[in-house]
Amino acid sequence: MVSRAYRFSLNSSRVPAGEPLLEIRDLSLRFGGIHALSAVSFTVTQGQVHAVIGPNGAGKSSLLNCLSGLYRPQQGQALLHVRDDAGESSTHDLARLRPHRIARLGVARSFQNIELFGHLTVLENLMLGRHIHMRHRLLASMVWFGPARRQEVRHREFVEEVIDLLQLQAHRHQPVSALAYGIQKRVELGRALCVEPSLLLLDEPMAGMNAEEKEDMARYILDVHELRHVTVLLIEHDMGVVMDISDRISVLDFGRLIGDGTPDAVRANRAVVEAYLGADA
Amino acid sequence: MAATATGIYHRSYQREMALRHTRAEYLRLALLVTALLATPYVLDRYWLSIVNTILIAVIGAVGLNILVGFTGQISLGQGGFLAVGAFTSALLYERAALPMPVSVLCAVLLTAGAGALFGLPALRLKGLYLAIATLASQEIIVFIARRWTFLRDGSAPLSVERLHIGGYQITREYFEFQWYWVLLGCAVLAVLGARNLFRSGLGRAFMAVRDQDIAASAIGVNVTRAKVTAFAVSSGFVGLAGALSAHYTETVTWESFTLEVSILYLAMIIVGGLGSIAGACYGAVFMMLVPVLLNESIGAVGDSLPFLSGRLPAIENAVFGLVIILFLLLEPRGLDRIWQRMKDYLRFWPFRY
Repeated sequence: MVSRAYRFSLNSSRVPAGEPLLEIRDLSLRFGGIHALSAVSFTVTQGQVHAVIGPNGAGKSSLLNCLSGLYRPQQGQALLHVRDDAGESSTHDLARLRPHRIARLGVARSFQNIELFGHLTVLENLMLGRHIHMRHRLLASMVWFGPARRQEVRHREFVEEVIDLLQLQAHRHQPVSALAYGIQKRVELGRALCVEPSLLLLDEPMAGMNAEEKEDMARYILDVHELRHVTVLLIEHDMGVVMDISDRISVLDFGRLIGDGTPDAVRANRAVVEAYLGADA
Repeated sequence: MAATATGIYHRSYQREMALRHTRAEYLRLALLVTALLATPYVLDRYWLSIVNTILIAVIGAVGLNILVGFTGQISLGQGGFLAVGAFTSALLYERAALPMPVSVLCAVLLTAGAGALFGLPALRLKGLYLAIATLASQEIIVFIARRWTFLRDGSAPLSVERLHIGGYQITREYFEFQWYWVLLGCAVLAVLGARNLFRSGLGRAFMAVRDQDIAASAIGVNVTRAKVTAFAVSSGFVGLAGALSAHYTETVTWESFTLEVSILYLAMIIVGGLGSIAGACYGAVFMMLVPVLLNESIGAVGDSLPFLSGRLPAIENAVFGLVIILFLLLEPRGLDRIWQRMKDYLRFWPFRY
């Protein structure tokens, strides 16, 4: 558990815990003759850690790319429920929005192959996570003194809490391309957290890590989740980690949903065992 | 990575974000300011006129670096945008009799608009393909400037009346001296404005688009808008440089805005250092000053070797090219990086690292 008192909420979703946050309905994506996703439907519940698993090429990353607007599915919907400060709820179809619009709804993500801003420092990368919460006016920026500087300081305070939470203090001013792989992964998680996500999408946050780094990363994800109840949708191959940290698991195989339920239910599902887990899982 | 002085502990984020921290850095700044203030009193008219053209080039190079170095959009349209700025300001000043600050401001805004318009291909094209698309904008603008008789005084190039701002008139006697202050003021504002832009969110978004446009869109940067804004802001600076050059040279003709000029400016920011405001300044100084120095020194050698005298211009060009190649081979990241390394060396001395 994290003991330090943090001032800022990392979670921008006001949907009550236990209610549906994201409803994926009949999502289908084709590349020419290849069916990357075929009528995939499942629901992500507010406040849960939801894992998507499946063999290579099952369509997991394609699914995430549909949710963040990088791919445009031919059919289906991905309905994100949003509640504003006044309690008014609205629904947005992520399958029809452009990436930056989706980010503005608070859907933040990390990438399987790290996609950081390589020439910039850790701090600048994290400050870019605050982009949607800042006002960008040309003249004020060029004058600097006044609104631009005040805004930088205000968001710097937020970013420093994320730096503290993810223990990135030592790397603050280093260019990210010079950092070790595990740290880069952590910076990417940090950048997504700086968005103040209503839904956090993580594409293989532990890929290519050793056991210790995986444990650290799992710890950070759980910290974020326990501390602020951020809803997480993650793709991961390490079954030990997935079974440990997830509240719910959806299984994809050849673009189809073949299983969906609690970790225990998925472990007992024959189709899942045959397609992915293997007999002794 | 550049070394930084150790043992500096900031007590506020505001202090940490300042451009200078240590006493040594402030001392260097003071030296630079003193040098800039003393320049017009030390140099004669010939050298001061060269300094003035350097100041104009600094503004143009900073503008181009915003687009190419910071946003990663290669542009060969620099000459065209300089032309838009120069013709706009000259026409408004000459024919509409607007005061110079107003005409220059209009030129900046119009060039920014033209930049945004010709930047639209950047929404689809990247890298070398974009370079070719901006080459088209360069050729279109110069073609218009060449063919449109409205942009000429009869058969002569458009001439611009000697500058007067309000009741203040630039005199023939102190021409370079008075212009120096005007140009220095504009250059300092441009450099500071650009420097500030890249320590605030808007400039960071430009750099995000350069480094990873997909990730940039995934954190909420509207990549389309960022690219068009970068083209507009960059062209605004370039328009300012163009307008000032029109008033300074007192004549505007399409011949001074050809593709060669675009490439000269690209060379400035590459030699100086892509993605660095200081680098743009060093590059502008280098590209404007070295040919003059070569001319002086080769001229001196040529006096003693009369058989070379006919070939001097060619030799000058060859040496200039060689110097650029050597600089790029020895430090591909430009003069800015060389300066960083010199500072590191002194900081660590007598140790190597």
